[in-house]
Amino acid sequence: MNIVKRVLGALIAPLVAVVAAMAITSVLILFAGSSPADFWSIILDLPADRVYVNIINQSSMIFLSALAAAIGFRMNLFNIGVEGQYVMASYVAAVVAGLALLPGYANVILSLVVAMAVGSIWAGIAGLLKVTRGVSEVISTIMLNAIAITLTGYFLNTYGDKAGNSRRTTVLEEGSQLDGFTPFLDRDGAIWTLAILAVLAGLGFSFLLNRTSFGFDLRATGMSETAAVASGVKVNRMVVISMMLSGAIAGLIWMPALFGAAHSYGTTFQAGLGFTGIAVALLGRNRPLGIFFGAILFAYLNEQSNRLTIETDISQNVVQITQGVIVLAVVVAYEVVGRRRAAAEQHAVKRQLDAAKPTKEEAVS
Amino acid sequence: MSGTAASPATADAVQIRGIGKRFPGVIANHDVDITIRSGTVHALIGENGAGKSTLMKILYGVQKPDDGTLTINGEEVSFSSPTDAISHGIGMVFQHFMLADYFTVLENVVLGAEKLHGIGDQARERIIEISRAYGFDLDPDEMVEDLGVGERQRVEILKVLYRGAKIIILDEPTAVLVPQEVDALFENLRGLKAEGHTILFISHKLDEVLAIADDITVMRRGTTVGEAKPEGTTKRQLAELMVGSELPSPETAESTVTDEVLLEVRDVSLDDSFGRALLSDIDLTIHRGEVLGIAGVEGNGQSELVESIMGMRKPGAGVISVGGKDITRWDTRDRRLAGIGYIPEDRHRHGLLLDAPLWENRILGFQTRPPAAKGLLIDRGGAREDTERILEEYDVRTPGIDTAARALSGGNQQKLIVGREMSGDPILLIASHPTRGVDVGAQAAIWEHIKKARRAGLAVLLISADLDELIGLSDTIRVILRGKLVGEFDPQTVTPQDLGQAMTGGHDEESA
Amino acid sequence: MSTLLAEPAAAPARSARSRYTWLWIALLAVAAVSAVRVITGAHQIDSPGSLRAALIATCPILMAAMGGLWAERAGVVNIGLEGQMILGTWGAAYFTYFYGPWVGIIGAALLGAIGGALHALATVTFGVDHIVSGVAINIIGLGASKFLAEAYFADLDGGGVKQLTGLDRPPSFTVPGISDAATGLSEKNWFFVSDIASMVAAVTTGLSAFTVLVFALVGVTAWALWRTTFGLRLRSCGENPQAAESLGVNVIRYKWIAVLISGGFAGIGGGFLALVASSGFVTGQTGGRGYIGLAAMIFGNWRPGGILTGSLMFGYTDSLPLRSSETIHALLLLVAIGLVALSAWRFYKGQRTQAIVFAVLGALFLLWFLTTDEVPREFTGMTPYIATLLVLAFAAQRLRMPKADGQIYRKGSAG
Repeated sequence: MNIVKRVLGALIAPLVAVVAAMAITSVLILFAGSSPADFWSIILDLPADRVYVNIINQSSMIFLSALAAAIGFRMNLFNIGVEGQYVMASYVAAVVAGLALLPGYANVILSLVVAMAVGSIWAGIAGLLKVTRGVSEVISTIMLNAIAITLTGYFLNTYGDKAGNSRRTTVLEEGSQLDGFTPFLDRDGAIWTLAILAVLAGLGFSFLLNRTSFGFDLRATGMSETAAVASGVKVNRMVVISMMLSGAIAGLIWMPALFGAAHSYGTTFQAGLGFTGIAVALLGRNRPLGIFFGAILFAYLNEQSNRLTIETDISQNVVQITQGVIVLAVVVAYEVVGRRRAAAEQHAVKRQLDAAKPTKEEAVS
Repeated sequence: MSGTAASPATADAVQIRGIGKRFPGVIANHDVDITIRSGTVHALIGENGAGKSTLMKILYGVQKPDDGTLTINGEEVSFSSPTDAISHGIGMVFQHFMLADYFTVLENVVLGAEKLHGIGDQARERIIEISRAYGFDLDPDEMVEDLGVGERQRVEILKVLYRGAKIIILDEPTAVLVPQEVDALFENLRGLKAEGHTILFISHKLDEVLAIADDITVMRRGTTVGEAKPEGTTKRQLAELMVGSELPSPETAESTVTDEVLLEVRDVSLDDSFGRALLSDIDLTIHRGEVLGIAGVEGNGQSELVESIMGMRKPGAGVISVGGKDITRWDTRDRRLAGIGYIPEDRHRHGLLLDAPLWENRILGFQTRPPAAKGLLIDRGGAREDTERILEEYDVRTPGIDTAARALSGGNQQKLIVGREMSGDPILLIASHPTRGVDVGAQAAIWEHIKKARRAGLAVLLISADLDELIGLSDTIRVILRGKLVGEFDPQTVTPQDLGQAMTGGHDEESA
Repeated sequence: MSTLLAEPAAAPARSARSRYTWLWIALLAVAAVSAVRVITGAHQIDSPGSLRAALIATCPILMAAMGGLWAERAGVVNIGLEGQMILGTWGAAYFTYFYGPWVGIIGAALLGAIGGALHALATVTFGVDHIVSGVAINIIGLGASKFLAEAYFADLDGGGVKQLTGLDRPPSFTVPGISDAATGLSEKNWFFVSDIASMVAAVTTGLSAFTVLVFALVGVTAWALWRTTFGLRLRSCGENPQAAESLGVNVIRYKWIAVLISGGFAGIGGGFLALVASSGFVTGQTGGRGYIGLAAMIFGNWRPGGILTGSLMFGYTDSLPLRSSETIHALLLLVAIGLVALSAWRFYKGQRTQAIVFAVLGALFLLWFLTTDEVPREFTGMTPYIATLLVLAFAAQRLRMPKADGQIYRKGSAG
């Protein structure tokens, strides 16, 4: 009974939020002169095989992004810089991979390491600024985002290989291109090999946070910095390490796409995953399971919405509104539900204990 | 200590009759009777937790009483908000100032009362007028941030005067002042009295009360227990009323104090960011099997002392050693590992993760050692098992170890913390107000645990404002006042009056 | 915190002395710019055309910054300025198309305020974390504007799925006489005099009515927040809401009003962007200016005067990509001089480490100037962001944000 109650309790807020967002979306579509029915029929339609593959691939990247943001959030750090961190990391990793310093799979591993390192350094800047100069990580990461995007653009345009009208980094050699797993027909596409990184990262995240002392320190600091300090946590150190961890995961975000499809950093680069990740992290309450479902939901919405432009007169961008409203609604719902639950638990415990013993007056202290 | 002689000519400014107020599980006030004569300084004294703050909140309209009546200038009133109180001429100066640091004096004073004199030159002139009339010496355009504590208090007083208050309540006004500022304040109060204002002065500093008050009311355990006039009263008599004249039975068991020094604090000093001394030349030692009790009014350096020993603050000078090792430069985690257990004064801020389950709270402070941890990993099973043990041994009442800490009562939360800290087999236990906000049952249990640990050889540093607790548990009692240790007492012979005097800085001619 | 407050931080400029100090600094700055111009021959640095462009680029940033100011002065952090600005661009385009530019700007404010209302609902009414809400608003704003553009603009004249151009522009005017004289004087390229003339020319030639509106709003804000009861109470909510509550101020109401105005201002900034700075609405045209506005607000230490300075600086750098590379290159020298001056000032104040850092940076910029002929265009785009980081890193102690900024406020927390 208790478990069912808990599960329901955890689901209420996101469910309410999703329903509210769907309702608002429908109203907006009506307002714009189109038919919500069209929208729903497409969104709720079973995806084609090809789309399934895309959903899995996209979810893996969104999942990584959300995980990166979530590490920060669990410590009350707002790493809005996931976008800039993965842009930079993707570029550098693509360059290194293109250099083919090592053969085959070893090259892949090297690039992954480089990606994590770059991401973690870029995030570490914000962490250091926070502990040494007290700069808010919200502002500094947003600034670093812009700087990262500009710098990367500059380097790409200056040093990249020419490819038609645009530039890209050196294309990976055959041995480093990963074929992935093709569950349906060939033309339906392959699930990227490195999508597995999402699973590994998720497990690692869960393990780190729930099973290690470091993870305990991290969560404690996020719950109550004062209690954490009294328990012996060195908060400054935690801030920098957490930001770096967050950046390291962020660095991996686009790696599945790089090695599975794009094979170089250029016009095929997919931007915007950083912000999607932040939204999904909030939706999933910064927990791997919640993020998992959130990532799939967002990826599903994104992929299904592709058909909207072709088959209806509804703009594809409507799902972005849906996603944004989901996030806003969910955080409001969490807030309200959270407060009610805490109060209810307090009353329940009191009632239970009062029933067990005669009431005693507390000494006024 | 006679009853008040009511002045028949003028109506009393305030009459409080039979006021009572209850909160869940706590009776804050009951049967409170006070008569405050117009144009006098009336002092209300009592220890922390005597119910003075709640009474003042009722008087100022922040809370509504459950029983009793309030009569202001002959008119029975019922306040639903501070605005009502203000309209009846009552002004309150809170102990914790309600001032915006980055606003000027002018802005702070006119906020909410802009209709009276606007927010420009007219208001400025009025403020200068009041300031001059009472000798406040305040510049309306100075930023509050730049003002000293005494000046800030005068801004608060000016705020209420600006709004036409005739009855002014001051909550522990001298708690944060140095002697010169206290003198200045009293000058101001005398000036106000001369102009016909009525002052209600809440304090537990007896010598000051005797210096300024015309009438004194004593509160204890939520009700009024006596009245006095300064002319016929000594500090000792007041202290007696404040703390109650029952003497608790001191520990008659054998002394367990050994020769082995487990905590040594030498010449420790600590300044705040303004250069004021929080701790000065603290010297103390605690031996194996000894409980050292530190008595003192809140805010005299106890928290700073505790935080220095725990490593949460770094003293500017001095040496701290535990078990023979110099830990002055160590961080908090290492100090805990060296064998220090800590029952914090504010369990919600420093002792618990309120929204985490109990078994995770068991891990807090112990996240790098068994049974909560194995190497770098958290040992969930170990933590859960040990939490069950603590629930059992320390009688923590809760549905289970998965309940959130927030849901437990104060007493049960505290018992959990005591159990947790003891489980690390500490050699030194720092217990800061260990039974504050705890029901009597839990209180007795915690005392028993401390006594047991002491018999087993634990050294205990006990900070408390509860004199019964100090006398009952300690082997030695020292008093802290303004950051210095003043006075050492033997619990077997000391009386609450002696302690009360030492704590409030009174130097009576008569000896203990 | 240090024991001694080294120097009083940006104090309210009530004394005449501080006002004159600012004047001196401004004049010195003009002299420095002029010197660099004469030395390098890059007369485009402050030609009337350049300054005009800079002014136009300044306005959206300025509006966003003022929007941020309104909210934060009441204690609410509004990261969602970008989203509210984006909504404003759409609103301006839509309403201008049908009803002309003046209704258009009102439409912009309205749309922005709707974004503000969402933020207020989440943070003030429900107590959600301010940053989280702001991030969500940005997502919603971007998606909404794209969606609405596709839905409404696709079938309009000059419109498309992602744009709406050819909109009526607000009137602009030129002051006869003064404009010609100033322009003529500026073309003489005389030291100092021509630079001042150039500034005069820039504001008297082809000045858009909306620019005047923007600056008027800045003035109104300064007056409202610091000279009225309304402003005093609003600011008290951002400094000490508990104290305000204890004195009878309805904190919740003031926060709501502040955030609505905040969104409205950001919306107007977006409207300006669409109607004056660009030729119409284009998806994604805000390009992060909402965040730059936040940076300008921080740079300006939450005061209108500082915000104006910061916005002008950021606006100038925003208009740089339009300048010739020769001009941009010359600016390196100016930056080097500026850093050296900063270094000297820090040294004078006794902050050795900072002085050294600035001196080194200044030397690096000088080196850069001497050893290259060109500055890559992209780098100018980064300037506002790097400047913000530097300001935050070095001026953290001097920055004085409203004391209760970002606090989740619950009624009844007083007393």
